[in-house]
Amino acid sequence: METTAPPGPSAAPPFPQPRACPYQPPPAYEQLGAQGPLSRVSLFDGRVVWFVTGYPEARQLLADPRISADRQRPDYPAVAPRFQAEVAKRLVLIGMDPPAHDEHRRLLNPDFSRKRVASLRPVVQAIVDDHVDRMLRTGPPADLVRDFALPVPSRVISEVLGLPHEDLEFFQDASRRLLQATTGPESQEAGRELIGYLDALATRRRTEPGPGLIGRLAREEVATGRLSHADLVQIALVILVAGHETTASTIALGAITLLDHPEQLARMQAEPDTVPAVVEEILRCVAVTDLAGVRVATADIPVAGQVIRAGEGVLLSATMANRDGRVHQDPQAFDAGRTGRRQLSFGYGIHQCLGQSLARLELEIAFSTLFTRIPTLRLTVPADRLPTRPPGSGTVQGVNEMPVTW
Amino acid sequence: MSADGPADALVTADREACIGAAQCAYSAPAVFDQDEDGYVLVRDPHPGPHEWDALREAVDLCPVQAIRLSGTADGA
Ligand code: HEM
Ligand code: SF4
Repeated sequence: METTAPPGPSAAPPFPQPRACPYQPPPAYEQLGAQGPLSRVSLFDGRVVWFVTGYPEARQLLADPRISADRQRPDYPAVAPRFQAEVAKRLVLIGMDPPAHDEHRRLLNPDFSRKRVASLRPVVQAIVDDHVDRMLRTGPPADLVRDFALPVPSRVISEVLGLPHEDLEFFQDASRRLLQATTGPESQEAGRELIGYLDALATRRRTEPGPGLIGRLAREEVATGRLSHADLVQIALVILVAGHETTASTIALGAITLLDHPEQLARMQAEPDTVPAVVEEILRCVAVTDLAGVRVATADIPVAGQVIRAGEGVLLSATMANRDGRVHQDPQAFDAGRTGRRQLSFGYGIHQCLGQSLARLELEIAFSTLFTRIPTLRLTVPADRLPTRPPGSGTVQGVNEMPVTW
Repeated sequence: MSADGPADALVTADREACIGAAQCAYSAPAVFDQDEDGYVLVRDPHPGPHEWDALREAVDLCPVQAIRLSGTADGA
């Protein structure tokens, strides 16, 4: 792909770059942010794209109808090799523009409304308790990623989708491979397995009623011809991909952040009312997807005194927009006392996270339960020694392992 | 910033634009709710001054600018 961003005085550093601290941006991003709300980075394939680090500018762009999320456009930027794989290009909802996007979103909103999510509270609490029970039974030590952060959201999504329990382990493993694959073929293979599985389940649910989102959509929408079977399968896949690793990594990196701030952790343990504010601040600092969106301009768009030209790629940095000094005082500090909830960790505009109420519920229950039932939980290795994602796997932040004791 | 709103404040929400993100109900639960399908409902179209800050946050954070305040000098 040819570089389309205009030439400028400064070079375009490579993107993505690894974080040194799991809840702070890499120094190179800080330098870009210091240059102004818009700068440029170069991707693995040599393409130069816009890098938006300002909060109002990122919001303006994400709300602009002239900016496209359509992954099938040839000029849509790929931030990692694995996103060139067919499966990534065909993800519905996240990778679609209106009107198709809005039709799908309307089908899904009921399953993620606040009321529906509130009704899941006892289920999520039971799942979290179950995993804490297991850690207490078999440990110390434990691996907080393997034993808690990964399985909890996976079981919650299985519940939302209505998957049979015996399939949980396969589902968890294949979804992890899909997300962490570093090559196109690897991610395609995991995607194929998951699609095959979800396809079979969605087919079965047309005649054999079952619980959850797949059961409801198969019965009400596919059976009546309002939704195609293939789209239902894709929707289920997107919910898994979007909701599993994001929540899992926020649990892991959020726990690291709390352990690094013992006074704020102690306050949260003493005052359960403060848990939602702690979760908001973890979301802001960890910004687990790193990007609030990847887009391509379909027309010339003026922003912050510059013009993004039609066809140019645009990365909206949640990591940096969340630390915009015009919005937050002392933006680098982890401070659960902040108010205002101004962060782009769930994106902005029509694609803003469908699962955010569910994610907030999971995070609240996960942190409060974990640190109430295991109050002395601590890492056995320094946080900066934890193995992070292999380079090339994309922008979702995370650690592969988190040895803990208590 | 003052926490007062004018006496004639009117809150409306565009349910066609709404994507059900629930930011509004999270910011100002006394003013907004969601229906069974996840779309915004205005519980209290004439909220008192004590709701004004929460309301401003809701207007600001709605990802699709679906909430309108009218009768205000400085609002949306
Ligand atoms: C901490 C956890 C989470 C984070 C940080 C997160 C972040 C995001 C972000 C940044 C977007 C916008 C992407 C874009 O505009 O290109 C998004 C969209 C989405 N998220 Fe989440 N997410 C989380 C949890 C979840 C959960 C639990 C689910 C579902 C079970 C979910 C489902 C979705 C879906 C389906 C979309 C696409 C919505 C659309 O395109 O209209 N997410 N998420
Ligand atoms: S914040 Fe906006 S999009 Fe979200 S529920 Fe309220 S009105 Fe709808």
